[in-house]
Amino acid sequence: MLLGRVVGNVVSTIKHPSHVGYKLLLVKPDDADGKPEGQSVIALDLVQAGVGDHVLLLREGSSVRDLVGNANAPVHAAVVGIVDEVER
Amino acid sequence: MYLAKVVGTVVATTKVDGLEGVRLLVVEPVGEDGSPAGPREVATDAVTAGPGELVYVCTGREASMALDESFVPVDVSVIGHVDDVMVCPEETPAGSGRKGKR
Repeated sequence: MLLGRVVGNVVSTIKHPSHVGYKLLLVKPDDADGKPEGQSVIALDLVQAGVGDHVLLLREGSSVRDLVGNANAPVHAAVVGIVDEVER
Repeated sequence: MYLAKVVGTVVATTKVDGLEGVRLLVVEPVGEDGSPAGPREVATDAVTAGPGELVYVCTGREASMALDESFVPVDVSVIGHVDDVMVCPEETPAGSGRKGKR
């Protein structure tokens, strides 16, 4: 899992049926100093996170499919936690 | 999964078994501002997208799960049309999230 920052929302009306009902978030992974860096990732929101939240980003398809309860869902990433604090 | 723009289509008559009838698109990964963010890739199309459209794609083993036949050799698949991307205008500093509200 990665730490990241939610930087935006993605609106999609025509999408794979397994994604219907889930919010899509744009998450930018943190660098070593906690600053957003690199390519943002689209993740299913499983914890009602919002823009600006510091989150836990899961990037393992099998685990995400398990969480959404669909063994055939084409998903690769999900937001699985909202981070309150990180000690560095 | 990431944002991408469809920039073309691919026609391939000879393909491995399981990919017959599957549309192939050339996609270019883009950042949240629409700027190119990586090398172009060939993706299978699960949602009937076309050139010029903003879409989101899934990579890896999961890409093939978007297709009717899921045990096929595919590593990028277009899985949704993107209508809008709403980006926070300025990035909030680390640690200033909604602390303790949940």
